Amino acid sequence: MMGLTQLAVHSIAAAWLDLPLQPPAASSIASSVDDVYYLLSGITIFFSVLIFSIIFYFMIKYRRRPGKTYEPETHTSLFLELSWTIIPSLICVVIFVWSSALYVRNSRPPANAREVFVIGKQWMWHIQHPEGPREINALHVPVGENIKLTMTSQDVIHGFYVPAFRVKKDVLPGHYTSIWFKANQVGTYHLFCSQYCGTNHSEMIGWIYVMSTTDYAAWLAEGEASESLAQQGAQLFTRLGCDSCHGAAASSAGPSLAGIYGKPQKMADGSTRVVDDSFLRQAVLTPSTVHVAGYPQIMPTFTGQVDEQQVLQLIAYVKSLGAQERTNGQ
Amino acid sequence: MVHGENPTGFAHQFETLEQQHDAGRLGMWIFLATEILFFGGMFMSYTVYRSLHPQAFLLGSHILEVKFGAINTAVLICSSFTMAMSIRSAQTGKKKGTIIGWLILTMLLGATFLFLKFRFEWYHDYLEHTMPGFGFFYRPEWGTHAPQVQMFMCFYFFMTGLHALHMIVGIGVLLVLTWMASRGRFTSQYFAPLEISGLYWHFVDIVWIFLFPLLYLIRY
Amino acid sequence: MSTTATVENFPNSSAEPQENYLNARYGVRSWLLTLDHKRIGLLYLGTITLMFVVGGIAATMMRLNLLEPQGTLVEPETYNKLFSTHGIVMVFFFLVPSIPATLGNFLIPLMIGARDVAFPRLNLLSWYIFVTGCLLMLYVVFTGGIDTGWTFYPPYSSSYAHTDVFLAAMAIFIAGFSSILTGMNFVVTIHKMRAPGMTWFRLPLFIWSMYATALIFVLGTPVIAVTLLLLGVEKLLHVGIFDPALGGDPVLFQHMFWFYSHPAVYIMILPSMGVISELITAFSRKRIFGYSFVAFSSLAIAVISFLVWGHHMFVSGQSVYAGLIFSVLSFLVAIPSAVKVFNWTATLYKGSISYEAPMLYALGFIGLFTIGGLTGLFLASLSTDVHLNGTYFVVAHFHYVMVGGAVMAYMGGLHYWWPKITGRLYPDLWARFAALIIFVGFNLTFFPQFVLGYLGMPRRYAMYPAEFQSLNVLSSAGASVLAVGYVIPLIYLIWSMKYGPVVGPNPFGTKGLEWTTQSPPPTENFLRTPIVTEEAYNYETAPEPEVVRV
Repeated sequence: MMGLTQLAVHSIAAAWLDLPLQPPAASSIASSVDDVYYLLSGITIFFSVLIFSIIFYFMIKYRRRPGKTYEPETHTSLFLELSWTIIPSLICVVIFVWSSALYVRNSRPPANAREVFVIGKQWMWHIQHPEGPREINALHVPVGENIKLTMTSQDVIHGFYVPAFRVKKDVLPGHYTSIWFKANQVGTYHLFCSQYCGTNHSEMIGWIYVMSTTDYAAWLAEGEASESLAQQGAQLFTRLGCDSCHGAAASSAGPSLAGIYGKPQKMADGSTRVVDDSFLRQAVLTPSTVHVAGYPQIMPTFTGQVDEQQVLQLIAYVKSLGAQERTNGQ
Repeated sequence: MVHGENPTGFAHQFETLEQQHDAGRLGMWIFLATEILFFGGMFMSYTVYRSLHPQAFLLGSHILEVKFGAINTAVLICSSFTMAMSIRSAQTGKKKGTIIGWLILTMLLGATFLFLKFRFEWYHDYLEHTMPGFGFFYRPEWGTHAPQVQMFMCFYFFMTGLHALHMIVGIGVLLVLTWMASRGRFTSQYFAPLEISGLYWHFVDIVWIFLFPLLYLIRY
Repeated sequence: MSTTATVENFPNSSAEPQENYLNARYGVRSWLLTLDHKRIGLLYLGTITLMFVVGGIAATMMRLNLLEPQGTLVEPETYNKLFSTHGIVMVFFFLVPSIPATLGNFLIPLMIGARDVAFPRLNLLSWYIFVTGCLLMLYVVFTGGIDTGWTFYPPYSSSYAHTDVFLAAMAIFIAGFSSILTGMNFVVTIHKMRAPGMTWFRLPLFIWSMYATALIFVLGTPVIAVTLLLLGVEKLLHVGIFDPALGGDPVLFQHMFWFYSHPAVYIMILPSMGVISELITAFSRKRIFGYSFVAFSSLAIAVISFLVWGHHMFVSGQSVYAGLIFSVLSFLVAIPSAVKVFNWTATLYKGSISYEAPMLYALGFIGLFTIGGLTGLFLASLSTDVHLNGTYFVVAHFHYVMVGGAVMAYMGGLHYWWPKITGRLYPDLWARFAALIIFVGFNLTFFPQFVLGYLGMPRRYAMYPAEFQSLNVLSSAGASVLAVGYVIPLIYLIWSMKYGPVVGPNPFGTKGLEWTTQSPPPTENFLRTPIVTEEAYNYETAPEPEVVRV
């Protein structure tokens, strides 16, 4: 039924007014989000039409006529009150459960997702692929693959919004937020900044290029000349002197970073934290807030010495160390 | 009939004097509810940040002098007592001199609080460069916590500053009450302004009772 | 409220110029120093009308600019200032005080049979505080503007904006105190000043909704006050409170901001629901259907409104669990609103309905509010909100509620009580025509924006991709119709103050203590304190209308 309404409304608009009514649906979740949207539209139309027609009917039927007497008996009905409290409540429960289930399912990125980093900056999007290529206001992704974006901002709050994928998340300074999607249609789609960020907010837009797997491989190969993110991180690691404490021959000053990513660490205050992107970011920028048990708290802060881009490189490097160790172990 | 009050303090819009008192008292309680939300917003942001940066807030509280905080707490508790006594003496129909005496004592205690606060705490902080926005220096012993120590001091000045502002307003109200008392306006039948202002004064004291441990006593 | 009491209140109802609150005293001083709640209501009316014009001009320029994808009129920087001005002025300086400070001030004492509000001096002080806030805001707007949006999100507002965020925040801070004092005054007045026999369940529903509104004023406004103060301190002294660069948390600001600003939405809509309850009963000459359900739904809305703020932040990175809780609470707040709509509709059943201008506004309100409320479900529902958050869908939704709802009700209320306020009637034909124009113009302006939002056009965009143009042109066309619709009443209402036909105490023949005293009422409201002996809207005992039109 929802499909029919959609079709009807769409064809009327398309034929008579030449108005766009629906954004492209190009991700794995888009159509399921649209289902909720059309259910809600159906409910909205149903109740609006219901209320409007009752009002019009009453307006005509009970219009003022001379000599009309007052009808005292129609001013309360517990049955009616309860029914129009309970029925809308039940409808709301149904929508809530359906919509929330979908939201919860979509909120967790799949384990095998290909990771891409996003840095928002007044007023452009920096995209960093782990394989090395960087882009500005453009993101190339292969079709049919899970993509996870890890995002942060260099200045104010931005919002990463791809209408065609029905995904959006604020991009916060000082934090990592993430979204994921699986594009299922080759094409070019809008990327918008959805959180007001200053003068050129409306120009902080770009394109998402969804490519076939072969095209994507070719595009990646074109950019192969540049080093991968982890390689850039490795160089930075040496340049900043991180290896003097965290190097392969780990001293007592700091823990070795090999294989550390994704593992729980015992902290000095007795708690346990899993080493993830946010943990590493904190460790680089505000080391005093991540004190690992068994080591002195002597690491200096690198705030001001590295920008968000470089933090991501370092994280990629640490991550690659974990992968190496696991490969070696097998 | 012209709007305004006649000499007995009875306003034209009310039917009875009792209705007027009830309205005044209810008004003050609602105002205090507003104030609780006002300070509540601050306490909430304080709580959030303290749980985010416990170490920095601990370091920050070391800047403060518990000595002065404690003395001021005692001063304020005394002032609540003298305020209550002024109401009591009006209620039991004491001479106007007694009421005025308690009121003046209350004001003096309030002024003492402010004097200690400004002279020995705020001014000292200013000299020591621990006043955010006025040449705040990061001390080396704070290490990487320095920005959050500054944030703690922000909250300290913001919260105690607003509290001090309430004290100043309170002293102003007490001045008016003293003037009214000197005109012999209060009797054992009519002392609603005293009572209502007393509510306010006690409220401001209670805010301090919360501020003192939250700001000064973290380290214990 | 019996008929005998009505007669007693008009010893000389046939005599021409009675002494009333308007002609009791003359001169600027008599207005600026007045303690009369009715005059203070009119002072607010003048002030907010001025602010409405400022906000309206900003909106008109925005819509003009959006006629073309690249912008036709102004640079993005100016556009940002326009939408910020529009938002701040309309929300804090027009909508929040609109019905409470004008109609509320004028009507609460009249409706409960009191001579004045509980604290007349405080009432006048509230107006002066409000005017101070307005002047400061206008100063900011005309000397460089403000470009943060009405939401003031840091760290943009605190560390990156080059406009005078501090002064703008202070303007709102100051205006907030006016709200707090007004709320206090209303709560005490409603509790303590009711006439003999005026029990809680005999109160007109307008009073119930004003009571709920006053509670939000008192409990919500201090939180935004302290939030803006913190923001102001951060901006002024360059210290870290919300700026993450200094260890602050910008999301905390959002929590604190919406803790007030969501209830503030209900500050705008609850009073209008009260007005609608009055209008629907008045022009169908019938008791309200389900009095206690309508009354308690106001309180339910006021309470739940404090628990739903997180639905503004579903995409800000808050936890999934927080999202679920805020989502279910947001659905919950829809129920009492639905109950009201159904009860209003049921009130029409077997009524004796006439279509004077106020009734047209009221019926328009029900329709638009229904759409506005139902589209709120899209934003309470998590998975659709992710797509729609921050787009024109949100803009359309809240304009349906605040303009289609609150402003329609404000206009309706103004027309209904205009004869009481001024003692004169406006030209009804023009009024009906304007109501129609506003209804059509409004839908033409904001319905396309629902579609734009679903298509993905973000709000606060000075420029936009070309495929959104046709819908934007439609919307701008509607805006021009809407603007005409608002100018017409401005003209004929002002005209009617001098030339409108003089009316008696109860031109529409409706119930309510305010209609038992002369029009305009005397300074003391009632020559004799009324004694109430019946429930509200008892149209069995209603007098016949003086002006009958069908």
